[in-house]
Amino acid sequence: MAEQRMREALRDAMAEEMRRDESVFVMGEDVAVFEGAFKVTEGLLNEFGERRVRDTPISENTIVGAGIGAAMGGLRPIVELMTVNFSLLALDQIVNHAAAIPYMFNGAVTVPMVIRMPGGGGHQLGPTHSHSFEALYLQVPGLLVACPSTPADGKGLLKAAIRDDNPVVFIEHESLYGVRGEVPDGEVDPVPFGQAAVRRKGGDVTIIGLLKMAQVAEEAAATLSEEHGIEAEVIDPRTLRPLDLDTILESVAKTNRAVIVEEGWPHGGVGANLSTLITEQAFDHLDAPVQRVTGADVHMPYSKRLEQAAIPHSEHVVSAVLATLEGAR
Amino acid sequence: MPPALPDAPTCFELLARMALIRRFEEEAGRQYQRAKAGGFLHLAIGEEATIVGTTSVMRPGDYLIGTYRTHGHAIARGTEPGRVMAELFGRVDGTSGGRGGSMHIFDAERRFMGGYGIVGGNLPLAAGLALSSQYRGEDDVTVCMFGDGASNTGNFGETMNLAALWKLPVLFLVENNLYGMGTAVERHSAQTDLSQKAEGYGIPGRRVDGMDVVAVREGVAAGLQAAREEERPTLLEAFTYRFRGHSAADPEVYREREEVEEWREKDPIENFARRCVEEGVLGEREVGQARELAEDEVARAVEFAEASPEPPLDTMYESLYAFTDYPGGWYAVDERSPEPHRGEHEAEMPERARELAEAGAAYADEEDDSPRPNPAIQGDAIDGQTHDVGADDAEALNAGEPGVLEGDT
Repeated sequence: MAEQRMREALRDAMAEEMRRDESVFVMGEDVAVFEGAFKVTEGLLNEFGERRVRDTPISENTIVGAGIGAAMGGLRPIVELMTVNFSLLALDQIVNHAAAIPYMFNGAVTVPMVIRMPGGGGHQLGPTHSHSFEALYLQVPGLLVACPSTPADGKGLLKAAIRDDNPVVFIEHESLYGVRGEVPDGEVDPVPFGQAAVRRKGGDVTIIGLLKMAQVAEEAAATLSEEHGIEAEVIDPRTLRPLDLDTILESVAKTNRAVIVEEGWPHGGVGANLSTLITEQAFDHLDAPVQRVTGADVHMPYSKRLEQAAIPHSEHVVSAVLATLEGAR
Repeated sequence: MPPALPDAPTCFELLARMALIRRFEEEAGRQYQRAKAGGFLHLAIGEEATIVGTTSVMRPGDYLIGTYRTHGHAIARGTEPGRVMAELFGRVDGTSGGRGGSMHIFDAERRFMGGYGIVGGNLPLAAGLALSSQYRGEDDVTVCMFGDGASNTGNFGETMNLAALWKLPVLFLVENNLYGMGTAVERHSAQTDLSQKAEGYGIPGRRVDGMDVVAVREGVAAGLQAAREEERPTLLEAFTYRFRGHSAADPEVYREREEVEEWREKDPIENFARRCVEEGVLGEREVGQARELAEDEVARAVEFAEASPEPPLDTMYESLYAFTDYPGGWYAVDERSPEPHRGEHEAEMPERARELAEAGAAYADEEDDSPRPNPAIQGDAIDGQTHDVGADDAEALNAGEPGVLEGDT
């Protein structure tokens, strides 16, 4: 085991897969010479050359579309969109083409590609550069959606995404790029999609958090244990499609309470969806309404104080957990 | 001087293929009127020379990608008309198993990489297909066909730039039928010489008579050569005309009958047949034979489509995902019953969910007695045109009560 930053783990995942499979290549805005706006593709141009590490014009819809065409032609493109925010410019290609093509052509062709996009708030980037669109992509049948929260998962999930025959929306969090974590040495195996990680065992409440909010959930769980004697089970779904609903339902059957933490907007969010699934399938196990902790229902404000107030923190999670336990203790 | 005719077998093949597409489209219109085909139906009647001229000089390994008006493109590429008709009927033997419909014909085997419903959406895909050939060092060329309307989309500019920048082996062919749906070129494009629209990106353009199959062949062959041998993308503008409406339900208020009649004088099939006979390359007998072959093949196509079953309900979720060797979790969720379940494992669907799926599907059998237009007739701005439909039908379609009005949503 060695410590690595998320960005290095992601880079290694791409490099290892590119060494393994000639059909894998990377393209995107500033991924080659500049080595990525967040330096995730550092060193790739140097090792693999311009044929396989390609700077593109600022043409999101066409970059993604060209990736889809290349995938239909037998390649395995990794398309980096500079941020989740810019992926909105490529929504037609992602939804009407990448996601729809395998189904609307009845499986006669596959679209094996990865669309990487970092998002999330916390850097005072304001209303157009701080989005969390996990829910948006989760909604689209035909897409797989990954949202790693640790460097090890980042590496393993990205490798799985590259090898997968489906179009994968791979959402990274800008605040996690510099976070260090243990990553197994050498070539690691892909982390299978559809397998949640139980980050902490506990019997009193289930907390589900994704991306940066998986870490916030763990912080909250520590506080709950230390200050309130509450043992929370923390689950990081790691992929939203496929979703390891079974692990979540098993946990809820044990704890009878659930809190979902995400950075995105509340209406139609990941939590709204998950809460419905839990309610439908584990209603008899629930002792309290499922609670959601989400980002504020506003465009991310620039002001540092307002921004921090708009993003969920450990206190919000603790408060939501205590609400689900009200009267029970 | 028009370009010289190719040899007799080639001329016969060109004529037969164009006649087949014409006959197919006429029949598709009739089947639409019979409510065998649903949704939107965009016919290419009048545009056959542009289609066949293009595919006739492509190699089998070249990719072709088109729009939502591509029944003919697939047929020109060699797809069995029966499979295209079955797709229009929404049957399992359709090119997309009844998933795609008229706008989404596909035949990977013949490298027809699809019809696409979003205007301009196929342009970036073409760049990607061309990139895949270039990446592998193969000399296959991608031909990307799109309408005049698509030349106004952002994808057009973005894709021209990318193709020129990366020297992609692609030929862009704008099928300029003078209208983006109901808006004339001079009302939708500031630059009406569409062949010039990519010049700023370093992509040279050329115009060609899209009603002349020989001229199209020549123009496309030059474009293919530039792409294949010189890694130079080019833009070819083929002037063509759809004799019928934009889609099945087109009130045709945007063009004059005189204009339609004028273009009908340029009928790509009639004129090519006449020229072949005049120049002694084909005899009248062969011309008649080409039409008979088309008639027979389309009759067989309808029989094939009629005989093909509808997709079973438990295949609803098939091909949504390509499953790898570690399928885990819930890929799709079927929420249509009180017992939500993994939709992709529909075989495991609870009995109640199956009953509800069948209840939903039963709505497909409801009688729709609203008059349906025959798009192979309606929309050509010519009165008194009859086809082999009854007088009542003709009356119904002239009543102009289309079920779906495209652009009306």
